[in-house]
Amino acid sequence: MSAPEILLAVNGLAKRFGAVVALRDASLELRAGEVQALMGANGAGKSTLVKILTGVFGADGGEITIRGRACRFRSPAEARDAGLVSVYQDPALVPDLTVAQNLRLARAPLDAARQWLTELGIADPDVGAFVRDLPFQTLRLIDLARALASDPSILLIDEITASLPADLSARIFAIVRHWRERGRGVIFISHRMAEVSVLCDRATVLRDGVTVGATETARGSEERIVELMLGYEVARAAADTAPTPGQPYGDAVPALEVNHLRAGRLLQDVSFALHPGEVLGIAALDGQGQEELFDCIAGVRDRDGGEIHSHGALRRFRHPADAIRAGIVLVPANRLQAMLPQRSIRENVALPSYGPLSRWGPIAMRRERGRVENAIRRLQVDTRAESELRRLSGGNQQKVMIARWLASAFKILLCFDPTRGIDIGTKRQIYALLRELAAAGSAVLLFTSELPEIRLACDRVIVLFGGRVVREMSAAEADEATLLRAAHGLVARREDAA
Amino acid sequence: MTSANPPHDAGRAGLGRFAQRHPGLVGMPLFLLLFLAVTVAIHPSYSSFDAQSLAMGAMPLALAAAAQTVVVISGGIDLSVGSMIAVTNVLAAATMEHANFGQAVLLSVLVLAIGAAMGAANGLIVVYSRVPDVVVTLTTGFIWSGVALLILEKPGGGAPDRFLSLGAGTFATPWISGALILLIASVAIIWIPVQRSRLGLLLYAIGSDKAAAFRSGVNVERTRFLAYVLGGLFSAVGGIGLIMTTGIGSPLAGVYYTLSGLAAAVLGGVSLSGGRGGMVGPVVAAYVLTLIPTDLIFLNIDPNFGQVIQGTLIVLVVMAGGLVALLRARKR
Repeated sequence: MSAPEILLAVNGLAKRFGAVVALRDASLELRAGEVQALMGANGAGKSTLVKILTGVFGADGGEITIRGRACRFRSPAEARDAGLVSVYQDPALVPDLTVAQNLRLARAPLDAARQWLTELGIADPDVGAFVRDLPFQTLRLIDLARALASDPSILLIDEITASLPADLSARIFAIVRHWRERGRGVIFISHRMAEVSVLCDRATVLRDGVTVGATETARGSEERIVELMLGYEVARAAADTAPTPGQPYGDAVPALEVNHLRAGRLLQDVSFALHPGEVLGIAALDGQGQEELFDCIAGVRDRDGGEIHSHGALRRFRHPADAIRAGIVLVPANRLQAMLPQRSIRENVALPSYGPLSRWGPIAMRRERGRVENAIRRLQVDTRAESELRRLSGGNQQKVMIARWLASAFKILLCFDPTRGIDIGTKRQIYALLRELAAAGSAVLLFTSELPEIRLACDRVIVLFGGRVVREMSAAEADEATLLRAAHGLVARREDAA
Repeated sequence: MTSANPPHDAGRAGLGRFAQRHPGLVGMPLFLLLFLAVTVAIHPSYSSFDAQSLAMGAMPLALAAAAQTVVVISGGIDLSVGSMIAVTNVLAAATMEHANFGQAVLLSVLVLAIGAAMGAANGLIVVYSRVPDVVVTLTTGFIWSGVALLILEKPGGGAPDRFLSLGAGTFATPWISGALILLIASVAIIWIPVQRSRLGLLLYAIGSDKAAAFRSGVNVERTRFLAYVLGGLFSAVGGIGLIMTTGIGSPLAGVYYTLSGLAAAVLGGVSLSGGRGGMVGPVVAAYVLTLIPTDLIFLNIDPNFGQVIQGTLIVLVVMAGGLVALLRARKR
């Protein structure tokens, strides 16, 4: 038996964005007639790899060969001409054009696209409809049909089944299998381990921008994949720190209680209680509804269903100011959303306390300065560049974002990935501060994309998957391997096992 | 959250759907008819002469609106449209003054090329400098206003009578003026091939969603560049139209045509966020904007109220558009 032809080979691909290394040494090999999973934890470099393959970014190093010929794509159009097409998590369809125009945009033949749409369950599609008027699910199918219609030899599918109902996923799988039978190659990115083991022949695993292994996806290979994703860090994380023992809360009124919360496409049904003095961690892969959850609680967006109680009262926030007044404050993932980069540390810290517009008159500078200085001292903010916040390092900016809430009074602190891209020393300081705040009676809800850090800061952790809570555990149990398994949906659902 | 909703709305009536998809094609012409009816009502002696002066007054503005429309559809903005009109206008007035008809026609081709080149300069700077288009075109607009004054210090110059009669004359009946024919012809000759070709699709695509267009394989930079070239070309047609209808070169025409052209584009249903709108709406809106001060004169009201009314109209139209979008979103 001769070995199947190698469609795509990636060798030693590297990419850095400024100081951040997204890919260090990524390699993979896709054979003709193969469906290959590309896996890795958050920030492992999957999407960077896909974007380099499809010409969205150029690579800094390494090589890509298609059927033995070296390629370097400068745009998605060039990648498409070489037979490599990607279907992204958010459909790359232009809203103000019709379906037919979108097909023409990507030079996809209309008849073939229609045929694929029929096969995907959209019989008699109205290609004259504007994309902006169509539901999201339909757009995903159109995007897929468009990719298939241009008849690529290599198809990349990025998280297409997230928030799709099971019957649609099944149809997509059937088409992927069909593609395989025709001797084409498919690279399939998914967080759902179950799908991967059913659909894929092999899995390539990335960790910190490096390909750490490829494995056959036979039954029982999930453990092997998780091991690859974790690597040697498991041992290190376990030895890191002893978690704080969980305290019993009994019948005390929770600071925050969320019941069956639902919002947008991603947040399906989440319930939990957060007590004063507690740091509750949330672990989840990208896009499992955590953003919507935080936005709902902080009053950034309205919920579609469910209830939020804080300190025993039912709340409905129409504006972040409502939440702040109720003592709920948010430190967002993207610092730039919250800070005034050209203004001083003092102004940034003092800003939220200017809340009520009814309070006229000059600002009591002396009192304000005292409060601000106090907060800055507590956080050990480096104040050498205090006149403009943008000149501070990322870690110090993040500290200022927390300091502004210390200067006001709050009861519940929501931290969304506060340590992303921050050096380890500052991380420790931020976690220590969260612990200190909890010890003083605040309740803290912390989402972090860096799973090993859950144990450093939290008392308890809940894991979200597919917009639902799939697991709850004490920090003592929450080692990285357990969290990662749960975050990939590898546990039975807690109560509503469907 | 139903599965596989077919993208299908067969139930919607053909005409209603047409109106919904092409609001500029239906709404603005109706609005203009209404305005014309009002005009005839308050000024029963409305004659072919009035119609002719309306067409002549509206033509350069309609072309300014067309220039702005192309750029705004592609997701940009061009605040140098008026200055490009002024430069091409004075260039024509200065060079054609002592020319014969044949030379004047040749010169207008040259002027069109210069207009396209000015647009190309805008496009190159916007694409390569990555400075926001508002800043780039505001500053190039300043430069070209200066150039216009260098070419022609004060209103003056001219063109051969036969050349001017192309715009000022009439065609078949005294109601149809050359300015109207020239406007329709020039917009059709430039825009229809563009809109029918792949370029038209790309202009709408990058205006609607640059990232999605890029991932669909569109060369976003080249398309933006071409949008500014077309903007420059339409401006040059406007500059030539201005001399045909006024007979002289006006170096200070810039500000009026930039702002009113943008106003006509918005009034004509072009979304300032890009990707939406057509060419008919803005061109017809230019007629409406020209008619307003005329009506005020007929009504013996200070025509300077025109600006107040123009501004109010734009706010109302934009608000109405937002309201429709909101209602549609609610219905879903």
